[in-house]
Amino acid sequence: MRVRAAALALMLGACPALAVQPDEVLPDAAMESRAREISQQLRCPVCQGENIDESNAPISRDLRLYVRERLLEGDSNDQVIDAVADRFGEFVLFDPRATGANVILWLAAPLMALVAALTAAGFLRARNRPTPEVEALDPDERRRLAEIMRDP
Amino acid sequence: MVAIYQMTVPMVGAAKGWHGWMDSARPAALAQLLLMVISFGALTIAFVTSDFSVLLVYENSHTLKPMLYKISGVWGNHEGSMLLWVLILALFGAAAALFGGNLPPSLRARVLGVQASVSVAFYAFIIFTSNPFWRMGNPPFDGRDLNPLLQDPGLAFHPPFLYLGYVGLSMAFSFAVAALIEGRVDAAWARWVRPWTLAAWVFLTIGIALGSWWAYYELGWGGFWFWDPVENASFMPWLLAAALLHSAIVVEKREALKSWTILLAIMAFGFSLIGTFIVRSGVITSVHSFANDPERGVFILAILAVFIGGALTLFAVRASEMTAKGVFAPLSREGALVLNNVLLAVSAFVVFIGTIWPLVAEMVWGRVLSVGPPFFNQAFTPFMIVLAIALPIGSLMPWKRATMARSLRPLRGPLILSAAIMMLVFAVSTGHSALAVIGAGLGSWLIFGALADLWLRTGNSGAARLLRLPRADWGKAVAHSGLGVTFVAVSLILAWQVEDVRVAQVDEPFAVGNYDLVLREVRRADGPNYLAQQAVIEASRDGTPVATLSPEKRVYPVQGMPTTEAAIDYGFWRDLYVVLGDEQPGGGWAVRTYIKPFANWIWAGCIMMALGGLISLTDRRYRVAAGAARATRPGAVPAE
Repeated sequence: MRVRAAALALMLGACPALAVQPDEVLPDAAMESRAREISQQLRCPVCQGENIDESNAPISRDLRLYVRERLLEGDSNDQVIDAVADRFGEFVLFDPRATGANVILWLAAPLMALVAALTAAGFLRARNRPTPEVEALDPDERRRLAEIMRDP
Repeated sequence: MVAIYQMTVPMVGAAKGWHGWMDSARPAALAQLLLMVISFGALTIAFVTSDFSVLLVYENSHTLKPMLYKISGVWGNHEGSMLLWVLILALFGAAAALFGGNLPPSLRARVLGVQASVSVAFYAFIIFTSNPFWRMGNPPFDGRDLNPLLQDPGLAFHPPFLYLGYVGLSMAFSFAVAALIEGRVDAAWARWVRPWTLAAWVFLTIGIALGSWWAYYELGWGGFWFWDPVENASFMPWLLAAALLHSAIVVEKREALKSWTILLAIMAFGFSLIGTFIVRSGVITSVHSFANDPERGVFILAILAVFIGGALTLFAVRASEMTAKGVFAPLSREGALVLNNVLLAVSAFVVFIGTIWPLVAEMVWGRVLSVGPPFFNQAFTPFMIVLAIALPIGSLMPWKRATMARSLRPLRGPLILSAAIMMLVFAVSTGHSALAVIGAGLGSWLIFGALADLWLRTGNSGAARLLRLPRADWGKAVAHSGLGVTFVAVSLILAWQVEDVRVAQVDEPFAVGNYDLVLREVRRADGPNYLAQQAVIEASRDGTPVATLSPEKRVYPVQGMPTTEAAIDYGFWRDLYVVLGDEQPGGGWAVRTYIKPFANWIWAGCIMMALGGLISLTDRRYRVAAGAARATRPGAVPAE
């Protein structure tokens, strides 16, 4: 039992901290909420698809502290994000920058919507073209119809 | 020895299905199902009896694991889940064989043939790249246990439902390809396809909702959707299946949009395969993990290329033969359904491009980047907003030709009500968040719009008539208002959530929002295969006790993996969500508390959507015209 307790203590001790820790929180609520907003846009460099706000990795904790440090020094949100991106590369940006080829990514949705809308509109217009009116039977046809309709 | 036999069994089954000519296709499909059940059963028995001579069991199970997770461990890994995939594929094939008695024989044989060819591809995939029955020469004493995050009731049922959905779309695909081969698409075809698509969509909805619910309570911060590639993989087929459902209505009722519907059916299953590819190859999460297992990825990619490429080629050749009969004006029910399809297809495309962009950018430009929630929220939401605005109006439009004024008239009530709700939300919200106001307004617009639609159908002749409405009408109203409920919930939870992080000292109360919490103690609470520390936290509001919450920190020794178990007090208006953190050096414990308004409504809305689909499935039209509808139901019962 004591061995188990010791093992537990060891494991729980080694257990990574969960997300934002109480000691990281800034006293200024407005600044803290800015820090949270920024953290949610930065990807943890070592985890799978988590932002640094949710991540348990030590590097995310360092980044969270760094973000808060920069905010305290008076940086704007964008400046902080740029500073982190400069150090870790574009990979950490969950909100991809609309530069270079990324313009394609950002324009893809509106362009696709436009194309789809135009295709659909073209299709609808084609459907809507008035169908040729049925013309009255000419005398010839009338005679044939009468023939067919006549009892055998 | 048994395993070697089991390995060959699916092959034999597949061969039978594949070579089946017209009449033999039916018994072959049934035989295939039987053989699949045997081989899946064998694997399950190996898991249940902890037969560690099977490598897969050793890697994913443990003698101490609870029985539910021993069974769910069967599909909690790559090989087993692929076996489940083909089992379900066989199940749908057999269901089509059994209940497709009223299909024209040639169409039925072709549907089953296409279905079997998909099976063959996946059997080959399993046997060559991921055989679940590898034996080990020296069986070890105990297993390595299942990833503890996956040991959870929500996730135990998540994969089966998701796969029922993914694979169910193979039926729509098979019908589409069969129709292309036959060169004939008509109202009857749409009536056969719709129940299958509807069933698949219902399963997908339940599967996605279960996954999202699991993420909410298990991952420890109460998120419910992360725009993760794996989530997107299931979301794209869902969007396309929803589009397909609606366009098939047009084919059935009006014999228009035929080639588009066929294309959608092909694409919907195509995205299921892409989803499988994304999840199974790991290509999106990181290009490098793809290199770890290129064989599997390449194999699925090949399957994808053959089937979707083949189907699209067939489509290109044959599509022009599909002549439409129904004529309609742009402003009409048909027109509205076209808009629905445009919006759903484009939003699926947005999800797709966002998901694969990191891969494309790295391969083409060498840019290592991420596309995350901020992108999806900005690019995806506008389409949903337009969809929500248009939906109640469109669903009231008559077929063929409509006028805006006439369609809007019955919606005056819903319009006023949702405007009132918007103002209420605006008045209540402290930060005057636009998100809460717009989301709640659109959501209630959907809900009241659906109610108005129902009311209109009764022709003002009262409640008695309401009960006699076709079930499809009820299904539509329930599903559409379910969408509305989810809209309301998602926007309010995002706008109004309260979060608190602090060091809590024992017996020292602290306030979060309107609630007072106090940490009473932290104690040991070990389970069958884990060790845990459990906190006891009492919550009260204005002096009256609300709940006692017991969040846990667990360690699963076999995998050496710690997890946090959040404690949640579920409520109609809000969830109280508490997570236990580390013990602090200076005394006390880190505690995170969230108040999540309307949290349950998210999944209630999903359940309503699924329920709406189920109600539609039981519509008399399908029971009479296509007995096939019932075939898909047994699996759905536990969800109700």
